[in-house]
Amino acid sequence: MRMNNTSRPLSPHLSIYRWPITMTLSILHRATGVALSVGLIAFVVWLQSIAFGAASYEVVAGWMDTIIGKLALLGWSIAFFFHFSNGVRHLFWDAGIGFEVRQANASAWLVLVATMLMTVVYWLLFQDSGSLV
Amino acid sequence: MSLRSPLGQVLGSGSARDGTGHWWSQRVTAVALLILGSWFLYSLTRLDSFAHVAMLDWAGRPFNSVMLLLLTVTLAYHSALGVQVVLEDYVHGAFIKVVSLLLNRFAHVFLAVVAVVAVLKIALGGA
Repeated sequence: MRMNNTSRPLSPHLSIYRWPITMTLSILHRATGVALSVGLIAFVVWLQSIAFGAASYEVVAGWMDTIIGKLALLGWSIAFFFHFSNGVRHLFWDAGIGFEVRQANASAWLVLVATMLMTVVYWLLFQDSGSLV
Repeated sequence: MSLRSPLGQVLGSGSARDGTGHWWSQRVTAVALLILGSWFLYSLTRLDSFAHVAMLDWAGRPFNSVMLLLLTVTLAYHSALGVQVVLEDYVHGAFIKVVSLLLNRFAHVFLAVVAVVAVLKIALGGA
């Protein structure tokens, strides 16, 4: 079909368009998923280093103790808690619950708040044990 | 009598020829990972030390070994399904699409097997 019918309604109207929060979460779910897939590689390397022996474990633990390593762990934890929370939101949708626009917007903000809270609380749990590595 | 529409009968499992298999597996592994992922993160907080001997002891306890095996295999499966969808959406050339989808599967099976070998080695005392 040729797309030359200009009398039909056009959407979105870019001049008055507001980017919905639900779209931000949609792409973040995919982005965090990919980030966690990369994290899976690191997780497997870490497991193998434990099996391989103390020397190799110390090397991997050393990477984790660098600024980049700590930022990566922080990033993966944020990605995990987001993907976790938003995944639950998706499962509710799969059950047919929460499809109204107001509900979807509210659950979007709930996911963002939950992600922040879970991340902060989780890292506070390691206060007692000092460094993670 | 079939309840499928005439169109449904013609199209069979749809253009992906996979029906709901991929979708359903993604959901099943998602629910499993809610439990397994929570266990893993909680388990880390219960450790007194992150020294090598402590990690060996932790991963080598039977329950923890079982949970780590379930976690890594389920993670690899869920990750393979997710990355597959991303590749299907963004990689367009017919040849490069098939190659990337194959590599995705191979990489995830490889990761799963490497993880399983690591956990078994620890659990069975080879490490």
